[in-house]
Amino acid sequence: MSLPIAPKTSPRRFHQASWDEPIVFELSTPGERGIAITPVEPAVRDAVGDIVADLPKHMRRPEPPALPEIAQMRVLKHYLRLSQENLGSDLNVDIGQGTCTIKYSPKINDQLIEVPQLRSIHPAQDPADTQGALEMIWRLERLMAEISGMDAVSLASPGGSAGIWTNIAMIRAYHESRGEGEQRDEVITTIFSHPSNAAAAKVAGYKIVTVYPDADGYPDLGALKAALSERTAAIMVTNPEDTGIYNPAIKEWVDAAHEVGALASYDQANAAGILGITRARDAGFDVCQFNLHKTFAAPHGSGGPGAAANAVSAALEPFLPGPRVQQVDGRFVVREPGELSIGHVAPAHGVILHVVRAYAWIMSLGAEGMLTASQIAVLNNNYLLKRVLEIPGASAPYATGRRRIEQVRYSWQELFEETGISSEEIGIRMADYGFHYWTSHHPYIVPQPFTLEPTECYSKAELDEYVAALAQVAREAREDPELVRTAPHNQTVHHTHHDDLDDPERWAITWRAYQRKHFGVVRADAVDALAGAAAS
Amino acid sequence: MKDAVTEAFVHPYIPNTAPAVKQAMLDAVGAESVEDFYADVPEDLRLRRPLNVPAPLPAEQDLARHVKGILAANRSTEERLSFLGAGTYNHYVPAVVDEVIRRSEFLTAYAGEPYEDHGRFQALFEYQSLMAELLAMDVVNVPTYDGYQAAATGLAMAGRLTGRRRVLALSDVLPEKLSKVIDYVRANLDIEHIATTGGVADVDALAAALDDGVAAVWVETPSFTGAVETQLSEIADAAHAAGAVVVVGTDPVGYGVLTPPALQGADIVTGDIQSLGLHQWFGGAHAGFIAVHDDPRFVMELPSRLFGLESTTVPGEYGFGDVAYERTSFAQREEGKEWVGTAAALWGIAAGVYLSLMGPEGMREHGELLLARTRYAQHRLASIPGIRLGDDALHLREFTICLDGISAGDAVSALRREGIEPGVVVDESTLLVCVTDTTSATDIDRLADALAAVATSKEESK
Repeated sequence: MSLPIAPKTSPRRFHQASWDEPIVFELSTPGERGIAITPVEPAVRDAVGDIVADLPKHMRRPEPPALPEIAQMRVLKHYLRLSQENLGSDLNVDIGQGTCTIKYSPKINDQLIEVPQLRSIHPAQDPADTQGALEMIWRLERLMAEISGMDAVSLASPGGSAGIWTNIAMIRAYHESRGEGEQRDEVITTIFSHPSNAAAAKVAGYKIVTVYPDADGYPDLGALKAALSERTAAIMVTNPEDTGIYNPAIKEWVDAAHEVGALASYDQANAAGILGITRARDAGFDVCQFNLHKTFAAPHGSGGPGAAANAVSAALEPFLPGPRVQQVDGRFVVREPGELSIGHVAPAHGVILHVVRAYAWIMSLGAEGMLTASQIAVLNNNYLLKRVLEIPGASAPYATGRRRIEQVRYSWQELFEETGISSEEIGIRMADYGFHYWTSHHPYIVPQPFTLEPTECYSKAELDEYVAALAQVAREAREDPELVRTAPHNQTVHHTHHDDLDDPERWAITWRAYQRKHFGVVRADAVDALAGAAAS
Repeated sequence: MKDAVTEAFVHPYIPNTAPAVKQAMLDAVGAESVEDFYADVPEDLRLRRPLNVPAPLPAEQDLARHVKGILAANRSTEERLSFLGAGTYNHYVPAVVDEVIRRSEFLTAYAGEPYEDHGRFQALFEYQSLMAELLAMDVVNVPTYDGYQAAATGLAMAGRLTGRRRVLALSDVLPEKLSKVIDYVRANLDIEHIATTGGVADVDALAAALDDGVAAVWVETPSFTGAVETQLSEIADAAHAAGAVVVVGTDPVGYGVLTPPALQGADIVTGDIQSLGLHQWFGGAHAGFIAVHDDPRFVMELPSRLFGLESTTVPGEYGFGDVAYERTSFAQREEGKEWVGTAAALWGIAAGVYLSLMGPEGMREHGELLLARTRYAQHRLASIPGIRLGDDALHLREFTICLDGISAGDAVSALRREGIEPGVVVDESTLLVCVTDTTSATDIDRLADALAAVATSKEESK
């Protein structure tokens, strides 16, 4: 063969890195070490003697922890190889994780947080020494108040679901402050709201009422009204829902809740298509939360840290978690939580890394940029919807013929009935083409679901590439289903068995448990798994 | 209706704004403008004005100058001599840890499957496994938000396991942590604090308080004041005799030398891993662990994800997957165990790298260094006239000093003028002082000399 080279195919020929990397414990060579520790100074040794020998005997660890012993470069190499076996959004067209808003996380924002003036400051330092951090919190709170239309903001919640918890904790405290804590013991949510709305409200002690969509896929206002009563503490809804459908009667939902004395809580995890378009306040909500790691482009960190901004009306402000940052005479001061506050929800002021990243993202875009980001996210989504529906076997249940906001919950039901290939199997095969693909949150109300959310960050060419891969896999499902069923073929590892993961006798959640259960190798410091346990 | 997008608006983070591309996409879907897509948003809910936010700084160097300009008002603990702890600790972070967690394959990944994200699953399985060795327990979760949440969930698990309501808190708990825990569990649990004696648990008072309504006995070690609980075995025996679960909140930093709680009867061990390879970040970089024995009754109460080892179709290949996924709120919404969401996985990877570097010898030396410097600092400060130790308990990293003749707040103000943060004010006369591997003997001497000068000047002015 000689030049010219054949043109590129779409989807591309991809192969994920595959280092066949051992578990870190298998790299251990006794006597090696990865880092040197600063020694105990002679002056200290002279003053305190052999501090470990002087410990009460039962407080001295009998055997050293069985951690591996590995020289530094090999530790580095091991983890860099693992990183290569991971498909971050910087590498793929990360539109397959709908509901999660995988945007481009600007590299400059990662650099900005690395300054010692952020990385190496302590929350109990003299506030005169942390004015910059406090100002950053104060500024982002002001921006989030404008973006939501709400009166006051807290950035203390360390994740999206943590922010949902903060919402319901405030709602509970509000009703208790009015003597209605016991009376109001129900929370109403919708099935296409994020599961944490239901789950967090349950932890707070509420009974959960779940409203299902009407025949057109819109949240059922009639069902809501039937469920509302003087026992309702709150409605907790995501809008647009995880189907990408915006509830056109959202104001009526909020008004109906208010009519029975309930509060309205808005999970704004899906706000990426509505920044500058419509605001929580305009629909009458009392509390809401935004996810800084979604809508405001902070990275997802392989599953956290995340961060939320909780925004509330003036009536709910006293219930916000603390500490709060206030501006007094041009200086920024820290106020501990007041009497009505739900108190602290996390250490210090929340995830400052994401506060700075979100602030930098907003400041890079401004009003026009955020509006454009929303509009392009929505354009991308509706373009993708059109292209996906061109693939035989794919559908988008509900609201047929209507536009969607920033994401769509699709279905492969037709393809499944024809070929027996499930959405999950299609997802695994998609990875062979270098794409992440997720089915959807349970329960699968939409059969054989998948949820795509293209955000504003991916070019038309990338969306086309993703659709080409989807179409290719759908074709394979018809023409060569075994190829799909036995996927993955181009991944770090091959098809993984799952039976042991649900079997307590066999599951291996740590290396030491694996060695004990499957090789009979028991650590010197093993505790008989059942000996001390109570609650029998 | 006029398209609100300025045709010329192009931002480096947003492709598809080029007029030709945008028009082609609109044509493809048969839309006049992007306004068509918002047909379901009622007009009276539309914000028909630009958001009132500052003018943007789209040029990277302008943005960097602006943000750095704000942060420049901060003075870091590299510029101050800090003895601040109380939940956020200034430990050295090995360069390799930062190198790994900055990798964008880890930093920008999220919820990939065990195939395209094999590396994330393995790194977190290894984190679970390394923590398990340090804690001498067989099950550790993928990190939750922080040590506050870990303790709260540990207690909630005990409540579900026993069906009881009472929690006996035997230690001095960081007030902010206690605030979180109480509010989190109060629908199902009532927390009763049993006053400590000499900084640690009052075992006699525990015995008197225990009955068959106690779900959990909660021990913090090191406690808020840095006191290490040395009677955990006795506490656990008493708790177990009453059918209660022993829940421990801890910092794992000392377990290279100290006996881990699992070997003294703890059933659920929780804590924070900020000490294991994370910078201080203004208290904004925490992650929580929950460890249990490999007992399905306990494992099935964990809300967090658990990554397990699995076989693949290829002999010798390691695969991974979610253990007992049906527990979770992802699978069962409100019928799952509490909830699971985006929490702190990257910090788990960081702690895994940290423990891989440290090894058994590193953790032993580190633990010894912390114990030795703590004792040294206690010696130095307690020898100053007008200063005494808050208690005689064994302490790790933190301890309280009581000041006579000068308020703790005044002492802090005086030392801040010399660039020293001497500790966190606990009350009018008490300071919580923290030493780490970054506070050398010379630094501790400087603190002692400065505190002595303040105490002496007060003596003289009397």
